[in-house]
Amino acid sequence: MSIATPFHPRTSVLCTSLFWKEWAGHHAVRSYDTHHEPEYFAIRHAAALIDVSPLFKYDVSGPDAAAFLSRVMVRDIRKLKIGRVTYLCWCDDHGKVLDDGTVSRFAEQDFRVTSAEPALAWLSRQAGRFRVTIEDVSERIATLSLQGPRSRDILRDATDADLDALKFFGVTAATLRGIDVRLSRTGYTGDLGYEIWIHRDHALPVWDALMEVGEAHRITPVGLDAMDVSRIEAGFILNGVDYFSAHRCVVESRKSTPYEIGLGWTVNLEREPFVGQEALRLEKARGSRWAKVGLVIDWDEHEALFAKVGLPPQVPSAAWRTAVPVYDTGGRQVGQATSGAWSPTLKQNLALATVEAAYAAPGTALRMEVTVEFQRHRVTAVVTETPFFNPERKRA
Amino acid sequence: MAAAAGTPAKSTYDVIVVGGGHNGLTCAAYLAKAGRKVLVLERRHVVGGAAVSEELHPGFTFSVCSYIVSLFRPQIIRELELARHGLEIIPLESTFTPFPDGRSLARWADPERTRREIAAFSPKDADVYPEFGLTMSRLAHFAKHIIDRPPPDPTSFAPSDLLQLGAIGSLLRGTDRDLRFLNTKLMTMSAADFLDLWFESEHLKTPMSASGIIGTFLGVRSPGTAYVLLHHYMGEIDGAYRAWGFAKGGTGAVSEALASSAIAHGAEVVTEAPVQALRLTDGRTTGVVLENGTEIGAKVVVSSLDPHRTFFGLVGERNLDPAFVSQLRKFKLRGSSGKVNLAVDRVPEFTARPGDGMHIRGDISISPDFEYMERAYDDAKYGAFSRRPYMNIVIPTLTDPSVAPPGKHIVSIFVQYAPYHITEGPERWPEQRDAFGDAVLDTLEAYCPGLKSSILFKQVLTPWDLEKDFGLTEGNIFHGELSLEQLLFLRPTAGWSRYRTPIDRLWACGSGTHPGGGVMGAPGELAAKTLLRSGDA
Ligand SMILES: Cc1cc2nc3c(=O)[nH]c(=O)nc-3n(C[C@H](O)[C@H](O)[C@H](O)COP(=O)(O)OP(=O)(O)OC[C@H]3O[C@@H](n4cnc5c(N)ncnc54)[C@H](O)[C@@H]3O)c2cc1C
Repeated sequence: MSIATPFHPRTSVLCTSLFWKEWAGHHAVRSYDTHHEPEYFAIRHAAALIDVSPLFKYDVSGPDAAAFLSRVMVRDIRKLKIGRVTYLCWCDDHGKVLDDGTVSRFAEQDFRVTSAEPALAWLSRQAGRFRVTIEDVSERIATLSLQGPRSRDILRDATDADLDALKFFGVTAATLRGIDVRLSRTGYTGDLGYEIWIHRDHALPVWDALMEVGEAHRITPVGLDAMDVSRIEAGFILNGVDYFSAHRCVVESRKSTPYEIGLGWTVNLEREPFVGQEALRLEKARGSRWAKVGLVIDWDEHEALFAKVGLPPQVPSAAWRTAVPVYDTGGRQVGQATSGAWSPTLKQNLALATVEAAYAAPGTALRMEVTVEFQRHRVTAVVTETPFFNPERKRA
Repeated sequence: MAAAAGTPAKSTYDVIVVGGGHNGLTCAAYLAKAGRKVLVLERRHVVGGAAVSEELHPGFTFSVCSYIVSLFRPQIIRELELARHGLEIIPLESTFTPFPDGRSLARWADPERTRREIAAFSPKDADVYPEFGLTMSRLAHFAKHIIDRPPPDPTSFAPSDLLQLGAIGSLLRGTDRDLRFLNTKLMTMSAADFLDLWFESEHLKTPMSASGIIGTFLGVRSPGTAYVLLHHYMGEIDGAYRAWGFAKGGTGAVSEALASSAIAHGAEVVTEAPVQALRLTDGRTTGVVLENGTEIGAKVVVSSLDPHRTFFGLVGERNLDPAFVSQLRKFKLRGSSGKVNLAVDRVPEFTARPGDGMHIRGDISISPDFEYMERAYDDAKYGAFSRRPYMNIVIPTLTDPSVAPPGKHIVSIFVQYAPYHITEGPERWPEQRDAFGDAVLDTLEAYCPGLKSSILFKQVLTPWDLEKDFGLTEGNIFHGELSLEQLLFLRPTAGWSRYRTPIDRLWACGSGTHPGGGVMGAPGELAAKTLLRSGDA
């Protein structure tokens, strides 16, 4: 059975829909109200307060911390500056992805790793003779994600942090009503936003302070359904949905390399040895079998299919994550769409898909399966660069 | 990229669009995207026309006129990439109606919640409500075909066939009889009578009927108003799902995104450039003359002004066929609405349901019962503004905090009736402006005690102001009433509904053309697409 996060005393009262799901063994709100749409719009127009405490968090420290992380991660962490966060993935010896997440550098020898799946055993196994300590702080550190165009204004009112100096993917220590917190300018929505890292004992006062200060900025508690729509718009993949951790795959064919899930850009190949390096080098030279792409589903065709049976066009009201086949124009299956959503902002029907690498060029027209009135059809879906939605404020 | 003020860069263009309202800009963006050299000339210092955001008071950005984006065509957002140009629309979640007796009704996106609300007034109506919604959506589904296409060819539809409302009728032919009968009723009945067929509770019917009278000089019991109810359901099946919403940054954000898209496609947008007249050479359009005397040449001129302004203003009566002139004179503009915009220092609190919850994030309707609505209309019929008017109110700052300083709010009050033709004559409106504003605020104060004392800034717009400041003839918010005899192939006049005009190389793309007013963009889009196909430009 799942357990509560440190914010449960607040979220459980606000979640009048009783609409919960399980996330990494915790109760997580899907949407506070029956409809997640106002919450989606809070992310895009005002400020959304999201409890992301179930994320796994590991503090890695010691004289060899940077060298150790460089060894286990696909990125050269020694180059990561203090006060910066980086997004990346890590692989097994065969170059197959285990998870994606972030690494933050708090100090010369102090780092934090976040992940979607437990990583303590694996990290510890790699530690070997490196002089590092790895501490699982998942339970101890509560995390709030504050996302949306007003998030900076709220933190400006609520904390002493120098927010103008806190650039995209920066991290800093700050105090919030006398409480020590860490702020990182990160998130999973593709919008201007921050994550706030708090000792669990102080979770509730921080929540209360943000809600209070945020009121004038129309802060709204937001659940995972709304965040799921925004992450599709941002083109972010999800472990267990858009790819699968090699640890969990029964068959080889389910595993992916970073290049196959659109994370090739996070790999620093030419450096001292790191886990998976040889395999990745080979793959890089040989070319990948698969590619992760964004798809925009042709609206006119979609609408026409519904019109044929006398219905107005319908789109799923929430993001979906049951894979559907993708074909080339000749009718051969060339991959699968792994998740998608109707974008209320772009007015486009979007999907993320894994397709054979030859079909990954933007502009390529593919066909995706859709079901209309219990009948299967195919509609054109055009390969499109992600992020689908990329507001300037995200980096500004 | 922004519009420039003053003088255009070149002396000739492929197409000149007169008027930088959202339809003119939509048209220009499509034409520029198709490779035409396009110039947009706007009289005011900002683009947008009636879809405009202006900082009237420091820190407060008002959607001065249009306050809800209804029915804006989603394909325009896609095809002109408006999200990339900054457009974001936040849907409205509810309609709230406080009643003088202290009760209130909110209708939500959540059907179960709506059901419970309605059941408090009538359990039967609560059951019927979703049925009604389904039927209206089915009808609206057909109407949608109409608004996304140029109007049907009039030669195949005698005007006497109006009851079938042209192509809706022909589409409906394939459907069941009940729906067809209902459609006929919808076309001919009043909003109130049509709703009487379904519901018993006046608390429910009155606010529903109100959407049938917006922008018309008609009452809820006037025949023909039922049709407008359909518009409300069209937004919901748009593929945009609840297309009714606030544009982030105010309604002007729609126009600004359109201008940015047009400019990115190579169009030039010039503000403070009022057009004096069309330049005609041997009866054929060859350009325009600005008020400052500058002449600019073009192969085609597209006017987004209302039909009166386009033909009596730009073209001039002496250049028009007398038969056309007399048709045009019958085109009803007769504005009937006004607006009051407030900046306030706190969230207005409705006694009928206190708090700043979701219920006041949508639109708020002051429409207690049919008699109230009819009395409001009576005042107008006899040449006065309503002493106790119908109001449609929004507080956009509850959803989009970007338009006011933190903790402060904007209250936008759309008011009916404020007839352009008051007994004293429209030019006497300025003397009545304050009294009109007071009637509105006094009425509202009864529902929202303390509202008046929270006001930091106030703007009262009468139909006279809408004409003078926004170039809307007789203050008509839709460039001509959306009544049956002025729609489809009759808009603006029979024979000239497909964006061409009787003047060679002069086209029209404003709300006075099919499918009409509102921040839809459809006239601009369809005019551009039709023009591109025509070979004129
Ligand atoms: C008070 C009010 C409230 C409304 N509320 C809503 C609402 O909530 N929802 C909704 O959907 N619709 C609403 N409407 C209607 C909607 O705003 C209009 O139908 C729509 O904006 C008209 O767009 P347009 O581009 O066709 O014309 P306009 O916006 O009128 O554009 C015409 C442009 O031409 C310019 N112009 C005029 N003369 C000249 C000249 N000689 N030379 C150069 N330029 C000139 C004008 O300045 C203007 O910019 C409202 C309208 C008003 C007035």
